[in-house]
Amino acid sequence: MKDVVSSELDVELDGLIVCPTCDATYRFEKPANGERAVCQRCHKVLIAPRRNAGLHILAVALAVFFLIIGAAFFPFLTIDAAGNRNAVSILDAALAFSGGPMIFLSLATAALIIFVPLARVILTMYVLVPVVLDRPPARHAIRAFRLSEAMRPWSMAEIFAIGCAVALVKVADLAHVGFGPAFWMFGVLVVLVVAQDSFMCKWSVWNSLEHPKTKRS
Amino acid sequence: MGIVACRRCTKAQPLGTQTCPRCGHVLQSREPLSLQRVWAFWVLGLMCYIPANIYPMLKTRTLFKVEESTIIGGAVEIAHHGNFGIAAIILIASVVIPLGKFWAVAFLAISVKQRYKVTNHRRQILYEVVEYIGRWSMIDIFVVAILSALVQLKTLASINPGVASIFFALSVIFTMLSAQAFDSRLIWDAEAKDGGPARDER
Repeated sequence: MKDVVSSELDVELDGLIVCPTCDATYRFEKPANGERAVCQRCHKVLIAPRRNAGLHILAVALAVFFLIIGAAFFPFLTIDAAGNRNAVSILDAALAFSGGPMIFLSLATAALIIFVPLARVILTMYVLVPVVLDRPPARHAIRAFRLSEAMRPWSMAEIFAIGCAVALVKVADLAHVGFGPAFWMFGVLVVLVVAQDSFMCKWSVWNSLEHPKTKRS
Repeated sequence: MGIVACRRCTKAQPLGTQTCPRCGHVLQSREPLSLQRVWAFWVLGLMCYIPANIYPMLKTRTLFKVEESTIIGGAVEIAHHGNFGIAAIILIASVVIPLGKFWAVAFLAISVKQRYKVTNHRRQILYEVVEYIGRWSMIDIFVVAILSALVQLKTLASINPGVASIFFALSVIFTMLSAQAFDSRLIWDAEAKDGGPARDER
């Protein structure tokens, strides 16, 4: 906990950090790797740098990228009842609400479970690759990272995974249900997405985008 | 203190700066009309939540009969089959969480204006829980999507989404927007105005 009380305005603005949830202001002091700077008032984590976090995030992001693409197209679940067989991919599930006003719902579902997570991964890689390689940031990297942060609450892959479990139980007594390869891909994907979010220290990314020459964090 | 903070990248700027030079986010000391937007989305969400419970969520067609079940009806039916766990998940995700969210957002918005004997920290936690858990209500929509894509066995059985699914999705989206519109810094303002324990941190 590196919070220091600041009382005077004559501190340089660069030396201040403001908690985004409760607006408490602190004099900035960078915690060491593995330590965390936490807002004293509302206990929000402000800075949590880790060693080689950039590399870890990139590795996870790359894995997520391929898993999403794979999971979207391979068969996800198969159903078998009295000789009738049906296999669906996640894309099929997302586009299940077709026809009439339901098309809106199709598009929204597809966006929430495939396109938003995919877009976030691509944006993350776009922003972090130059940072990790100690190069100047890519063009519009700042805007890209902002967009990716704005999309965070709308990325619902993990919720879809639990939804699958519920759906499975619902049909289990109606027909025989089997798992396709995409089901397992999706399971791994969910774990990785959660891991990626917990590695990411937003402050470190902003800082490295602003001062590209500083060491990676 | 004469500074305004960027909520996206935590950088401090002199008061009056329009956009953050670091990340380009629009800077506002407090979101203007935050509470108005909260209430507008809140009402929209509630309006959508009513038809979501009245109309059928799923249309199940088996060999000889067509069944239409609402959210609660479907959960009760599952419970009758003995799957209490799943019935509980559905009831919690699509009834308890949305209703709890309506209550929590309304409480937070009212408590900014009026006095309640709930500490700021409690309210902050409540806000974070609401923001985190709100997305999980989408689970019912995903279940409907999976079921209606999967169970298409020609004459034998098929499941199709009902009208309620649209309203339910809209309700979840509007309540998420409502929670996002709430400026959590308002929670702490009341305390700072009193000259309460916030003093030592400023």
